[in-house]
Amino acid sequence: MNHLLSTADLKLDDALLVLDTADRMARVADAPVRKLPTLRGRTVVNLFFEDSTRTRTSFEVAAKRLSADVINFSARGSSVSKGESLKDTAQTLEAMGADAVVCRHPASGAPHRLASWVRGSVVNAGDGTHEHPTQALLDAFTIRRRLGRLDGLAVTIVGDVLHSRVARSNVWLLTTLGARVTVVAPPTLVPLGISGWPVEVSYDLDAVLPKTDVVMMLRVQRERMSAAFFPTEREYSRRYGLDADRAALMPEHALVMHPGPMVRGMEIASSVADSPRSTVVEQVANGVSVRMAVLYLLLGGSGAERESS
Amino acid sequence: MTAVIVVRGVRPLGGDARDLVLAGGTIAAVTPVGGAEHTGVVAEAAAGCADGTRPAPLVVDATGLVALPGLVDLHTHLREPGREDAETVESGTRSAALGGYTTVFAMANTDPVADTAGVVEQVWRLGQDAGHCDVRPVGAVTRGLAGERLAELGAMASSAAAVRMFSDDGHCVSDALLMRRALEYVKAFDGVIAQHAEEPRLTTGAQMNEGAMAARLGLPGWPAVAEEAIIARDALLTGHVGSRLHICHVSTAGSVELIRWAKAKGWRVTAEVTPHHLLLTEELVASYDPVYKVNPPLRTEADTEALRAGLADGTIDCVATDHAPHASEDKETEWAAARPGMLGLETALSIVIQTMVETGRLDWAGVADRMALAPARIGAVADTPRDTAGFAQVGAPATLTLLDPQARRVIDPLAVASRSSNTPYGGRTLPGAIRATFLRGRPTVLDGKII
Ligand SMILES: [Zn+2]
Repeated sequence: MNHLLSTADLKLDDALLVLDTADRMARVADAPVRKLPTLRGRTVVNLFFEDSTRTRTSFEVAAKRLSADVINFSARGSSVSKGESLKDTAQTLEAMGADAVVCRHPASGAPHRLASWVRGSVVNAGDGTHEHPTQALLDAFTIRRRLGRLDGLAVTIVGDVLHSRVARSNVWLLTTLGARVTVVAPPTLVPLGISGWPVEVSYDLDAVLPKTDVVMMLRVQRERMSAAFFPTEREYSRRYGLDADRAALMPEHALVMHPGPMVRGMEIASSVADSPRSTVVEQVANGVSVRMAVLYLLLGGSGAERESS
Repeated sequence: MTAVIVVRGVRPLGGDARDLVLAGGTIAAVTPVGGAEHTGVVAEAAAGCADGTRPAPLVVDATGLVALPGLVDLHTHLREPGREDAETVESGTRSAALGGYTTVFAMANTDPVADTAGVVEQVWRLGQDAGHCDVRPVGAVTRGLAGERLAELGAMASSAAAVRMFSDDGHCVSDALLMRRALEYVKAFDGVIAQHAEEPRLTTGAQMNEGAMAARLGLPGWPAVAEEAIIARDALLTGHVGSRLHICHVSTAGSVELIRWAKAKGWRVTAEVTPHHLLLTEELVASYDPVYKVNPPLRTEADTEALRAGLADGTIDCVATDHAPHASEDKETEWAAARPGMLGLETALSIVIQTMVETGRLDWAGVADRMALAPARIGAVADTPRDTAGFAQVGAPATLTLLDPQARRVIDPLAVASRSSNTPYGGRTLPGAIRATFLRGRPTVLDGKII
């Protein structure tokens, strides 16, 4: 693995390697000295074209726990605004000698382009409406920790699948790992080309929940309403929101996940978000372990293991 | 300048080898191979050369080459005025001549927009000055391409540029009433409205063909129905008012069906397809390389199949390049920020050979019709025979191109004549190469090089 651009091209062995490595990294977090010397002298650049304090901080903490030097490089503005182009930025990163570039960009495919212009490894930290592979990896990691396995589980993804990079990455990764995925959304928020995906599609959340081991709620942006994706927030919430009554339809062991930040009330009721079956807080902690694993595998590899042993 | 040219051993439309004598802008004689010298024109020129009163006849060895009528492109973006860094009339027509073209229609979406007699005359004159091929400006349908008020269609028609084709290409004339009025108005001078069929409300933010690939890549979809809905509406309007409609760059199987239906009704609807829509599919977008970003977008294998079939049976009248040069900073970027469009003039004939000739769908007469005669009819180009029977006959215009059908060439994006390098065929080996192009008896390309 040279880059982590998408989960669509992540093989089962690679995915398991990341999850197993993340288990080891999680133990570092619990140790008295929470730092490994693995990536000492290596430079990780956080290249964020879109604000996301949560994701950027998570990558930063992960890199620092591996003793890498971290440069935060935030380039504001939308993908189509003129000014410094992605290619110019790539050349700057080359000049800085970046070993890894963690890239968040509002345009789908931007990290792919970046990967063709820089020598270092590129980690996709979310590109447009395409993918967010480390989010899916941390979700899978969280499920495996809680339920002990992924193979054979029924996972339901609810909400704006059309615009969600989290949904895309999870669909590919979870099916690679043996889970059965159902997506539930109003038809306007399901991509027209979804027939080619290895998922079931349903418009009826109540019918699906009783057979669900994990329900993954997605972010719904309020501006979707003005584009007629659904009539009102109230109607969305009634049909696709996860309130306490609905959560009660799920089996007792079933988990509730959300990539955050949550729109409480509309997407998910506070009582559900804060209930013991919710993994929202663990997902944040697990994000650091998974991102450590990714950086470790891309940059450290076996040579680094020798150093730390 | 050479006044008399002997094209030796050429195969007009792939038929038997002949000598063609070009003189005075027309084909002055057609003889068996080796017979040209015995014609009066060549003998007279040779005699004049001996006493120094005339230049010697130029003999072009065309053994094994196929002669086609000079190609006509109804859809070229020359970018001048406004984006001379991407292309100029000079560089674009150079590209055209090297691709075998003798007439190109220059689209109106320049800066300023070609929506007045002044701008179309400027572009027309720049074409004359460059001299590589005839430039026929396309006038905008609406002022500033804004889709709100008609441009001065009549003034452009009666200008020196004699505009007959009008298009807001790059934008759709989406207002149904405005489209109706435009279709009616150009009847006064037998003009044609060339529509970029794209219902704008269905393609807001669109980045590629809507379907499974777009769903996977997370790029907003440009649905086939956005093209088909406009074609259906405009065909109905054309039938209603009895005018002429031309559909630009048809890209979907459904569009081909609609055009077939409109033609069966007897309505005067014509259509073009680009070389890239005949060959390339949306699979290429998975690279996120904006060289494949084009509007309308690359579609599916089934669409390219339907387009090839439609071009073969004449439902689609002609091939047009939609040659769309872009400066590198507009292409070497993330997908969403890149401008849509690709080069086409220097590779169009090769792509048609690969998709239509080598697959047995068109013979050389068919290629001549789809790339020269039909577009000339639609765009009202003089100097082109009405049909293939009128080609390579004594008295026919000496506007032709010589093609080596056996040649193979590797496309180098940095070696094209265009000022831009956004060809999707970089590194590909393509069949066929243009050896010479003649515009009214005057060579614009010889030995594959600009004269
Ligand atoms: Zn167009």
